[in-house]
Amino acid sequence: MALKAKDINVETRWQDLTEGMQIFEPGTSRDFNTGDWRTQTPVLDKDKCTQCLRCVPYCPDSSIPVKDGKREDFDLDHCKGCGICVAACPFDAITMKEGK
Amino acid sequence: MAIKERMSGNEAIAYAMKQINPDVMPAFPITPSTELPQMVSNYIANGEMDTEFIPVESEHSAMSAAIGASSAGARTMTATSSAGLAFMWEVLYVAASNRLPIAMAVVNRALSGPININCEHSDSMGARDSGWLQIYAENNQEAYDNFLQAYRIAEHKDVKLPIMICQDGFIISHGVQNIELLEDDKVKNFVGEYHPEHYLLKEDEVCSVGPYAITNFGMEGKKAQAHAMDSAKKVILDVAAEFEKVSGRKYGLYEGYELEDAEYVIVAIGSVCGTIKDAIDELRSQGVKAGLMKVRVFRPFPAEEFTDAIKGAKAVAIMDRAESYSSQGGPLGSELMAAMYRGHLKAEAINIVYGLCGRDVNVAEIREVYAQLKDIEKNGAAGREYQYLGLRD
Repeated sequence: MALKAKDINVETRWQDLTEGMQIFEPGTSRDFNTGDWRTQTPVLDKDKCTQCLRCVPYCPDSSIPVKDGKREDFDLDHCKGCGICVAACPFDAITMKEGK
Repeated sequence: MAIKERMSGNEAIAYAMKQINPDVMPAFPITPSTELPQMVSNYIANGEMDTEFIPVESEHSAMSAAIGASSAGARTMTATSSAGLAFMWEVLYVAASNRLPIAMAVVNRALSGPININCEHSDSMGARDSGWLQIYAENNQEAYDNFLQAYRIAEHKDVKLPIMICQDGFIISHGVQNIELLEDDKVKNFVGEYHPEHYLLKEDEVCSVGPYAITNFGMEGKKAQAHAMDSAKKVILDVAAEFEKVSGRKYGLYEGYELEDAEYVIVAIGSVCGTIKDAIDELRSQGVKAGLMKVRVFRPFPAEEFTDAIKGAKAVAIMDRAESYSSQGGPLGSELMAAMYRGHLKAEAINIVYGLCGRDVNVAEIREVYAQLKDIEKNGAAGREYQYLGLRD
């Protein structure tokens, strides 16, 4: 009982799940690749990007990491390919490509 | 010394609510349970309770707020009837799967339609697969006593499930009868404080409630929930035994009335059991071995205990105050007959639908049921397996 999320897998028995399937730790999505059902993928044109960071708060899945005040490339383990960042970018620096 | 009073079922439940004084009550009024939030609001306004009452815009919101409050760590209660319970449907299942020990006073009333405000068990019977515990009362005393036991059962570490304490609309809820109340301090000692292990507002623990479960995990989650329901049977009996020490009143999974040597047995739920007991007294004085098994606990369904209690019967009539539209009977009939089959009982069994939309049932009609059972023992059920009582035809 009270297993850590990373310890729960397809081998876990019903007796070992937490009560009500509650989770007792934050940020468990880090342990899971939830971007694998993406059908379209954002592509960043680094030459056009001005680092205005407008795309960052628009991303519903926090899949645009920021380091030292600059955005890095997409976190594709968690990006669902919704394309909101494309619409948010004032400089047409992001485009969507088909597939993963 | 117990306090002797006269109260309606709703007054009795509201009094139990006051004595328990839970943390939160979200509720939306609906006949015939309207008096419960009304009376609790009065108690709060008069400074006799400090429960946080949340007025909501619907029963769906009432149950959703109850889930929020209970997840946060609050002892939570609500009350409803009929369409109000139906409107909670979606979130009833969430309360159960999240393992939240919410107590709900259900005042049984017919579901529409035809629109009708009177007693029927169709509302709570419809919710029988929602994962809530269900305990039914014959009268105001039992409704009060059951509510006092509710949290001890629901909050038990082996259970952690929400509970419905059901009473018959109007017949119990608005009928005034004598009642024995427990003193406030006895209730407080018996019910105890609520100290959940995990809850959202716990300072030193991160906690997420009700996460999405993909195919790989959902089935295991449901099995764990079903196991908790199974464990509740023992907890209900343990709590009843403790309650007997405090109150002197004995409760079980069912009540047997002249059941031990009974050849002809009626199985029923709720206020009709008083009428059945009257009929039994008459029949016993004439030498007829008539008996009653009154179902107190319907969820979990104590199949083995029930079949064991009626195994000596020659013919059994199972009474349902709800129509399933399955074309073969009501919910209690279906479940008990399945249990009788598994228990290898040989008795003939019929299923009688009665009292729909508040239709009255009298002693003479119950006598007729026993007469039928006698006839069935000799001649077989022959097309009478599923029938209506008190119907014009």
